[in-house]
Amino acid sequence: MDAMTDTTAFDADPVEFYGTRVGSRLLLGTAQYPSPAILAEAIRGSGAEIVTVSLRRESGVAKPGQPLAGQSFWQLIRDLGVKVLPNTAGCKTVKEAVTTAEMARELFGTPWVKLEVIGEDDTLQPDVFGLVEAARILSRDGFQVFPYTTEDLIVAEKLLSAGCEVLMPWGAPIGSGRGLNNPYGLRSLRAHFPRVPLVVDAGLGLPSHAAAAMEMGYDAVLLNTAVAKAGDPVRMARAFARAIEAGRDAVIADPMEVRDMAAPSTPVMGRAVFGE
Amino acid sequence: MASLQQSTTDDGAAAPAANAMRVRIIGGGVAGLTSAHAFARRGARVTLVERRAATGQGCSWYAGGMLAPWCERESAEPIIAELGLESLEYWRSAVPDVPNEGSLVLAPPRDLPDLKRFARRTSGFEWADGGRLAALEPDLGGRFDQGLFFPTEAHLEPRKALAALTRKLVDEHQVTIRYEADGLDDGEAPADVIVDCRGLAARDVLADLRGVKGEMLVLYSREIALARPVRMLHPRIPVYIVPRGDGHFMIGATSIENDERGRVTGRSMLELLGAAYALHPAFGEAEIVEIGADVRPAFPDNIPRLRRRGRTIYLNGLYRHGFLAAPALARRAAALAFDGTACPEVMDEDHREW
Repeated sequence: MDAMTDTTAFDADPVEFYGTRVGSRLLLGTAQYPSPAILAEAIRGSGAEIVTVSLRRESGVAKPGQPLAGQSFWQLIRDLGVKVLPNTAGCKTVKEAVTTAEMARELFGTPWVKLEVIGEDDTLQPDVFGLVEAARILSRDGFQVFPYTTEDLIVAEKLLSAGCEVLMPWGAPIGSGRGLNNPYGLRSLRAHFPRVPLVVDAGLGLPSHAAAAMEMGYDAVLLNTAVAKAGDPVRMARAFARAIEAGRDAVIADPMEVRDMAAPSTPVMGRAVFGE
Repeated sequence: MASLQQSTTDDGAAAPAANAMRVRIIGGGVAGLTSAHAFARRGARVTLVERRAATGQGCSWYAGGMLAPWCERESAEPIIAELGLESLEYWRSAVPDVPNEGSLVLAPPRDLPDLKRFARRTSGFEWADGGRLAALEPDLGGRFDQGLFFPTEAHLEPRKALAALTRKLVDEHQVTIRYEADGLDDGEAPADVIVDCRGLAARDVLADLRGVKGEMLVLYSREIALARPVRMLHPRIPVYIVPRGDGHFMIGATSIENDERGRVTGRSMLELLGAAYALHPAFGEAEIVEIGADVRPAFPDNIPRLRRRGRTIYLNGLYRHGFLAAPALARRAAALAFDGTACPEVMDEDHREW
């Protein structure tokens, strides 16, 4: 697509996950907000269309088939009319993650799942081996998997061959607010998989981190703590939404190349260029 | 605040006058009991109806009893701190044994950024270095290099406090307490005003009420003593360790978006015990005396409300702030009934018909 001449790109620039088009490139987590009212306002104010929800922590469901104990909370989220992306946060084994995903599909009636298989408690680093295995099982079972992974290229390849059509590499450890720890790795992931929707998930703290991810050509950004734990989550959500839009616009606008020498932005008239 | 000063003199007032306002309070948790007190102080003839066999057995039973308006400002709206300041004064005068030892906020070394954030969003504290911390809590000496000390906060033992308040209501204020399932209908005792303090059970009429589950445990150890509550910062939940005297410590509380009563999970216990253990390894050897869970009533913004519909005033949505907010709301409920003074900061609905 020639973005320079496509005027619709400026106004409507949807991103597509598993055939579902969404207008907003900000995905928001729903945990740790001061109140559901503030969460709702943050979602509305930022225009986010996809929110992740943690089944294990919030639902209080012991077995599939039981009613959701956290119903009022889900109702508040449903009332916002957003798409729910259930996650398997806190799961540490393939089995746990698969069971949680199955529960989520039954409860939320969606094949989408953000797959987390956590390998280590201190960094909440993905267990990429378990992740690939769980992704294979779930994809075969009809799930549309959004894997939370590292920026490792080979892991990314394995996830794609396991059936994933979206990749969600981390920016930095969950909740750390450090931004993009490995810009080179993220860039090369983008370069290797130019047509796979890529979402930077976790570790961002500031809107500028999100803008940087978008400028690298990432398709979207997923956040939770940076917004939920801000002093004013509603304003922070809006700040991120704007930064993501700015970064995305910058990519479409085709930025200039970096050069070593100064290049005057005003034409220099009446002056000899050479031989001074 | 004027009525609170008044309260110190009108406590133990004579029996209500023959033409006194007849008030029925439904629910004998912290909201109901403080409402009974507020109305009785104003001269009302108060009947309180509690469905259980004793007062204070609902989620008040599992409360931490921290009276920490400044600390709560970290995540709560300013109105909570305002109500909390008033309630702090109330508890100091209304019940015995409210230690005015302040409270401490500490963080494990790796979570020090959280301590800075906590400091940025609160006031009424002093930074305490290792020496100061050791002077305040000798058993914590050498374990922490910095922390926040909130000198004017206090804490109470919720179960003892509500038992004392119940005795006071019956003995000094001629409040009638009926232990029966339903106080919603007039029956043989018509009321001028009904104050509905049923907590989550009032969801049948307050549709936007939701449950927020909280889990707690009580530990017993003679190896460590604390004079004041300690809040251990934790990435997800604020864990506090409240000394209950006689070697007992209450550790609370999780905050989970569901309304499932009773079930306590291993994960929650791990988190609560982990925080206690991080505060002092002696808690690793402590005896687990009790674990419990209940569901707090909350409105979507986690701010409590008074709602008036006809002759009923609903006092609800106290969320994590039962002891911190109930007395101040109860006083406003009485002011609404007696003086018609509305308080828009906690009222979003007022359909007066009396």
